[in-house]
Amino acid sequence: MELVEAIILSVLAASTPLLIAATGELVTERSGVLNLGVEGMMIVGAACGFGGAWLTGSIFIGALFGIVAGTLMSLIFALMALGLAVNQVATGLALTILGVGLSGLIGAGFVGERITPAAHLAIPGLTDIPLIGHVLFGEDAFVYFSIALIIGIWWFLYRTRAGLILRACGDNHVSAHALGYPVLRIRTLAVMFGGACAGLAGAYLPLAYTPFFISGMTAGRGWIALALVVFASWRPGRLMVGAYLFGAVTILQLHAQGWGVGIPSQFMSALPYLATVIVLVLLSRARTGGSTAPAALGTVFVPDR
Amino acid sequence: MQLVLEKRTERSNTIALVSPLIAIGLTIVTMTILFAILGKNPLLALQAYFIAPLTDGYSLQEIAVKATPLVMIAIGLSLCYLANAWNIGAEGQFLIGAVAGSWIAVKTQGTDAGAWVLPAMLVLAAAAGALYALIPAICKVKFGASEILTSLMLVYVADLLLDYLVRGPWRDPNGFNFPTTAEFDPVATVPLLIEGGRLHLGSIIALLVVAAAAILLGRTIKGFEIRVVGAAPRAARFGGFNANQLILLTFAVSGALAGLAGIIEVAGPVGHLQPGISPGYGFTAIIVAFLGRLNPLGILIAGLFLALTFIGGEQAQIAMKIPLDVTKVFQGILLFYVLACDSLILHRFKLVFPNRQVARGAG
Repeated sequence: MELVEAIILSVLAASTPLLIAATGELVTERSGVLNLGVEGMMIVGAACGFGGAWLTGSIFIGALFGIVAGTLMSLIFALMALGLAVNQVATGLALTILGVGLSGLIGAGFVGERITPAAHLAIPGLTDIPLIGHVLFGEDAFVYFSIALIIGIWWFLYRTRAGLILRACGDNHVSAHALGYPVLRIRTLAVMFGGACAGLAGAYLPLAYTPFFISGMTAGRGWIALALVVFASWRPGRLMVGAYLFGAVTILQLHAQGWGVGIPSQFMSALPYLATVIVLVLLSRARTGGSTAPAALGTVFVPDR
Repeated sequence: MQLVLEKRTERSNTIALVSPLIAIGLTIVTMTILFAILGKNPLLALQAYFIAPLTDGYSLQEIAVKATPLVMIAIGLSLCYLANAWNIGAEGQFLIGAVAGSWIAVKTQGTDAGAWVLPAMLVLAAAAGALYALIPAICKVKFGASEILTSLMLVYVADLLLDYLVRGPWRDPNGFNFPTTAEFDPVATVPLLIEGGRLHLGSIIALLVVAAAAILLGRTIKGFEIRVVGAAPRAARFGGFNANQLILLTFAVSGALAGLAGIIEVAGPVGHLQPGISPGYGFTAIIVAFLGRLNPLGILIAGLFLALTFIGGEQAQIAMKIPLDVTKVFQGILLFYVLACDSLILHRFKLVFPNRQVARGAG
């Protein structure tokens, strides 16, 4: 039973950064913007998050540093892709290239340092319940936050007027503009939300997942988060399922190494990436009848005045 | 008062020509500020980056050596991007080419295999790169899966495959347990152009690739099709051009070029297969392609410039202890400025005074 508990805990921990980053990107894409810079925003969030926590000794301030760093990165993207109407694919790539460099530069002073990672909650009584106690009531705060975040986003998108307007911008920016909604302002806010989430997701890695910083520690998780949004057909519920499935694949790979399965470790490490390719193919194939992507996704909008 | 973007009625050709230069200028200004923040003398740093590598023959050769893979990969990518196909996985295709070509080198090691070895390695590497690039292209054409994400995922897979081979089956038994193959035999090595120098045959191949691309894009129907499909997909459909076929073709060509660049790098400057054979050539080539405005000659110049930043970065690290990551920051900022300046070819800024407009409308 202990093993099952440990596996569930580690799956949740591996899924949480994917879930947070993908939630942010879901909102961004629902507004009609394709930001491929998630990996770049995440990796800067990881460096700044670790730096913040290391300097202040507070995980909370570290997380705030990550959020601010991700948001600032996303503002560069917004300025380019929305302000200057530059191709979103190219801008997103530029953001990732810049982010990898910045993260190495910022993090250079922190390599080799350690912090005390985010504590797992311990609620007297509840956490001690056998079987489910640790799993339900013994995670770190990020795990609960990520679940609240995705539920909150579901509510926002489908149950509020602001969410409806955001989706309208993503589906038809010309009509939304004609109705008088400030498309570019709404998209900027959505991009900033995506950046904040990516920054937090990056910060989760050194703050809770491993208690140290190494360069390149996001290891493509930002790209997997992007794939998850496609996997989820741009729906929050499926996004949550997808994030936990991918977290499980990641953990399966780690445990298979521990169990001494006779497969080279590199093949197991390649699993999450191969799974992403296979999932993308299967899903895109299932949807040949018509894409569920926001209709205006990735298109440039310059309002006529 | 508000600053807004407005579509130009026609392309501005003047800005199209000077925009890469403006971008480089803005990047240098930004880097000066960054050096000052890092507490380094900006003038000395810029000198180390951009002037010092140009002052001796060894560095100049080194720039050409670094530019070779960048230019070859970027030419292929530019074909993809012109056709509006987003191949982001050139890094993976580069690694697969290196692995496939090295297979022959490893298998013929120590045998008296003849002069066929190197040509066979080049051909196999190009074929492997093309096949690897065709995976995302086929997934895109057949199933509609985003080629951006699938091509990128395959980079990590290629990286792990290379890691497995050099740590496992192909490891040099006399290599003191380092993850590397043995040094390639002379018949499996790209010949040098200058005895005792660094310049190798790959640079000539890169120049031939540039010329071939210039002819393809400027003088052939295929090149015209690529441009039309990318620039005006609807017009291309009416013209009977098959966009899917072009995605497959451009991905295959760009994969082949990346694979070829991979084996040339391994059988040339590196001399054996090991992890870390690429300092991100596949990604830097994206910047080269855009800085060169997706034009073969432009890419050649842009490739040399980006190679200069690699060599300059190394010199700045040795001379001034400037972290190597500054080079990546530099390249990212450069790509941003290039894209931003390109926007001004199609758009212009305009100051809008909402009140005055209302007044004019009323009058």
